[in-house]
Amino acid sequence: MSSLENATNPETLRRVVIEPVTRVEGHGKVTLLLDEDDHVQQARFHIVEFRGFEKFVQGRPYWEVPVMVQRLCGICPVSHHLAGGKAVDMLAGATELTPTADKMRRLLHFGQVLQSHALHFFHLSSPDLLFGFDAEVAKRNIFAVIEAFPDVARKGVLLRKYGQEVIRVTAGKRVHGTLVVPGGVNKHLCTEERDYLLQDIEQTVAWSREAVDLACRLYLAGGARHREFGSFCSPVLSLVRQDGAMELYHGRLRAKDEDGAAIFDQVDYARYWDYLREVVKPWSYMKFPFIRSRGTEHGWYRVGPLARLANCDFIPTPLAEAQRQAFLAHDGGSARHSTLAGHWARMIELLHAAEAIRELLADPDLLAGELVVKGERQYRGVGVIEAPRGTLIHHYRINDDDQVVRCNLIVSTTHNNQAMNEAVRQVARQHLDGRKITEPLLNYIEVAIRAFDPCLSCATHALGKMPLEVELLDAAGDHVDRLVRDSDGAVRAT
Amino acid sequence: MSRVLVLGWGNPSRGDDALGPELVRRLEALATDRPGWRGHGFLTDFQLQPEHALDLEERDLLLFADAAVSASVPYSFSRLQAERDGTFTSHAMSPSAVLAVYRQVFGREPPDAYLLAIRGEAFELGAPMSAAAKRRLEAALALAVELLDAPDVVHRLVGPTRVA
Repeated sequence: MSSLENATNPETLRRVVIEPVTRVEGHGKVTLLLDEDDHVQQARFHIVEFRGFEKFVQGRPYWEVPVMVQRLCGICPVSHHLAGGKAVDMLAGATELTPTADKMRRLLHFGQVLQSHALHFFHLSSPDLLFGFDAEVAKRNIFAVIEAFPDVARKGVLLRKYGQEVIRVTAGKRVHGTLVVPGGVNKHLCTEERDYLLQDIEQTVAWSREAVDLACRLYLAGGARHREFGSFCSPVLSLVRQDGAMELYHGRLRAKDEDGAAIFDQVDYARYWDYLREVVKPWSYMKFPFIRSRGTEHGWYRVGPLARLANCDFIPTPLAEAQRQAFLAHDGGSARHSTLAGHWARMIELLHAAEAIRELLADPDLLAGELVVKGERQYRGVGVIEAPRGTLIHHYRINDDDQVVRCNLIVSTTHNNQAMNEAVRQVARQHLDGRKITEPLLNYIEVAIRAFDPCLSCATHALGKMPLEVELLDAAGDHVDRLVRDSDGAVRAT
Repeated sequence: MSRVLVLGWGNPSRGDDALGPELVRRLEALATDRPGWRGHGFLTDFQLQPEHALDLEERDLLLFADAAVSASVPYSFSRLQAERDGTFTSHAMSPSAVLAVYRQVFGREPPDAYLLAIRGEAFELGAPMSAAAKRRLEAALALAVELLDAPDVVHRLVGPTRVA
């Protein structure tokens, strides 16, 4: 290979500009259906779901699952690693992990929650709240935040970095690291690693407190507009601890209705299908889960930070719990149903994660103790965690040769499928004026989608740059209008 | 000699999406026998995120490596500028956007940065890297070696597409 300078016939070479490096595998699509009076009757948010994973994992030995599932998603590989690992624990017959294994996994998980929540709020959603939905496009991104609020942006970058460092130290590597093995973990923390993480933990907790204050202040500053934006009442679902505490790693399923009354509680997630079912709709690749006792029409629910705050009885770390109480006390608890209050809830969880990491780093079980337990092999394994975006279910069946023969994943975005559709519908109802899709409406829809930050399709890294298309159909199903936001931010009518 | 960071990104289990990380893995393997590369760094990830700006500190030159789906040539090598981009999800950033975060966070210009974009076609989960992509990887690897051997004359490499 020669350099250009040495090319034999440089004048014969073509100069080619390659467009942004991106895999155009699809796009986010919102279809708004009008009724005969031109009111938005239905919003359909189409998302590509995991496809091909079942084939990917089929025939592989079950102990490979915790590593393989990390390849599903570049944003939350740790969540899949942990949920898949818990399912594999069950397959291996490991019913109760050692204290060291349990705490190492929790440390990894809280690192993931911290970095994911920091990414979501500081880099994705804060521009919406800092500058308002009507701000020009150039302002609605992290760069504008950095310019206008450099301290906020810098802390956001460093908070995320700290979470990434917890993951690197705990899983051994920054990317594709492994901690979980069937029945436990493969390492302790050494003293140097613990001390390294301790160096910045107080700063991390302090900045997390500031993040809660900022998210709260920004949400409240928007008054009724923020409160009502894309908001709806719905049941909520999450894991909780046996005493009702918020539980992100290992607990039992609880669902509450719109008024906060229990639909079910302390359900063993190993039989989640007795309580949760999925229905397929012809217009979407993604299934729609529902609470079985409430049926397909009324059984949809919300998962994620907002749902977890509403669902638990308390948060088991003091600073975050004080913030949760303030959250619920505000305006008679209206924030529980407010889509944009999800950002406030997310930052309360960020603070909880920081506090929990601080507690864990003081625990000697991280430094010594048994790593793995063994048990009697089973044919079915189910693992559930509360991932940053919500409840994540991994379910596997294996054969006599220890090979995976069936798997089912219900990811947070799937749980929130109908909820996201509902938020988009509310926004469209509030802001669709006539039969033309305007740029502000397109942005409002994006703001609502960002509040959930769905995994539009895990595992190919550039999919996040896919364009968003909003289409308007009349009661007869005929095309009325269409607007597309390209991956470079440009808007075009088609 | 200039300290280069090679940052390749992509999902190793999605066929040709592995081109970026695989390039880095191959370079890392070569580095063990090349004392002149001791100052260079190697990094892979699934996708670029804001905190990668912090990895660019104390580097003189950056080489970003990725698979390119829209390319009509085997691979290309071009200079990058710090530039904002916009998206409605948290799922990806462009290398230019990472450079822009660097500039904003540190208050100074990022190191000189280049993109090595290698064409890929097949991105199915569980698929191996295609034979064609492997051939392109070899050619792109040769360019990257050339760069790491003599980063101070990187400008010689920029320009028209090279034929693999």
